[in-house]
Amino acid sequence: MSRPEDLLPPDLFYNDVESRKYTTNSRIKNIQASMTNRALELLDLRSPSLILDLGCGSGLSGEILSEVEPEEGGPHTWIGMDISASMLGQALDRDVDGDLMLADIGQGVPFRPGSFDAAISISAIQWLCNAESSDVTPEGRLKRFFDGLYASLRRGGRAVCQFYPKNKLQRNMISAAAVKAGFGAGILEDDPGTKSEKLYLVLTVGGGDLGREEAATSRDITGVVNGMTDVDIQDARRKKDQRSRMDKSRVKGSKGWIIRKKDQMEKQGKVVKANSKYTGRKRKIAF
Amino acid sequence: MKLLTLNFLTCARKACKQEPAAFPLHPRDAELERVEMELNPEFLVNVLPRLEWKAVRSLGDELGLPTLPEQPPNPEDLMEKDGSNEPTQTLKDLHALLVETSVANGKLVCGHCGHEYAVKEGIANFLLPSHLV
Repeated sequence: MSRPEDLLPPDLFYNDVESRKYTTNSRIKNIQASMTNRALELLDLRSPSLILDLGCGSGLSGEILSEVEPEEGGPHTWIGMDISASMLGQALDRDVDGDLMLADIGQGVPFRPGSFDAAISISAIQWLCNAESSDVTPEGRLKRFFDGLYASLRRGGRAVCQFYPKNKLQRNMISAAAVKAGFGAGILEDDPGTKSEKLYLVLTVGGGDLGREEAATSRDITGVVNGMTDVDIQDARRKKDQRSRMDKSRVKGSKGWIIRKKDQMEKQGKVVKANSKYTGRKRKIAF
Repeated sequence: MKLLTLNFLTCARKACKQEPAAFPLHPRDAELERVEMELNPEFLVNVLPRLEWKAVRSLGDELGLPTLPEQPPNPEDLMEKDGSNEPTQTLKDLHALLVETSVANGKLVCGHCGHEYAVKEGIANFLLPSHLV
C-alpha cells in the first residue's frame, strides 16, 4: 500500500477532497477512536486537564477528549495544531470544542513552558521525517518539535504519540530525538507483526513535586504500562549498561586495556609477563 | 482562539524564544465572539495556578473588557464554602472570560519582533516562512 507520506507534503496532501474522505470514512474514524482511547489509557489522567493535540486534523480525537465522562476524569479541554487548512476547515464544520491553530509542529510548539498537563498525537509525527525543502532536515524538524513539546508540558506531564514509521530507521530516529530532548521515552507495540500493528511513543517529563506513588511510577517510563494486560516490557537498558561497562576496557591505558592487549600478544606467540596485582596499577607519586 | 489559549501562546519565531516580550501576544483589530460552553469547575481549578494573571489582566484591558482585580482569585473562593459544592460567581465569571470568550477574527502581534499572526474564524495562523523559523 502506498504511504501518503511518500506522495506529498501534509499541507498539500490533505486538500479539501482528502480531508473530507478522512473525516467521513467510518473505518478511519473507528481506528482513530480506538487509538485515541488507547492513548488516553496510557496518559492516565485523573482530573479535567489541558491537553495539546498535535496534528489534530479534523478533531476526530479531540472530540473524544471532550467527551470523557466525569467519572473517568474528564471532560478535558484541548488545543489542536495542524498544518492542513482543509483539515481544520472540516473541524470548523463539525463544530469541535477545542481551540484550533494552523501551525507546523516541525517549526516548534509556540507555548510558554509548563502549559499543558498532557499531549496526544495520533498518526502525525511520522510526517516530520520528510523534509519538503532543502533548507530543513528531518533531524532538525524532529528536534524543534520535541524540544518545544518538552518545554510546553508541565513537570510530571505525559505525551503519547501514535505514529506509523516507514521503517526501523524512522522509528529509531523519532525515539532518539525524543530522548535527546530530555523525555523518558518508551515504545508500546499493539498487535506486533500483524497488519494492524500500532506503535505508541510514550513520553514522560521528569519532575520534582509529584508526591504519592505517582512519582515512583512516572520516573521510570516502564511504570506507565504497569498493571496493564497484554503488555510485555522489553527493557534494553540493562544490556546497554553491560555494554558501557565493557567499554571501560577500551579506554587506552586502563587496566582492562592492558590486560586485553597482553592477551592478544600472548595469542600471537609473544613472550608476555604474567598478570599480577601490580598489572596496570598507578605508580605512587615519588616526591 | 479562546482567551485561555492566548494566556499560553507565545511568538513562534526562534529569535523570540528567550525574550520576555514575546509573551503575551497582543490582539489587534480583534473581533470577539461568545460561545456557550459547559462549566467545568474542576478544570478551572486545575488550570488556575498555571495562568499568568498579569497577562490575563492586560489582555482584558487591550480588548476593552471590564478591569479585573489585581490579584488572581484564590482557589478556595471558586467553590461555595457551605459544602454544597456549587460554583461561585467568581468561577462563573472566570469561565465566561477564559473559556467562552474567544477572538474570532483579527491579528495577534508579538511584543518583541512585531510579527503579526492572522486569526480567521477563530483559527490562528502560526505558519512561518522558513527564514523566520
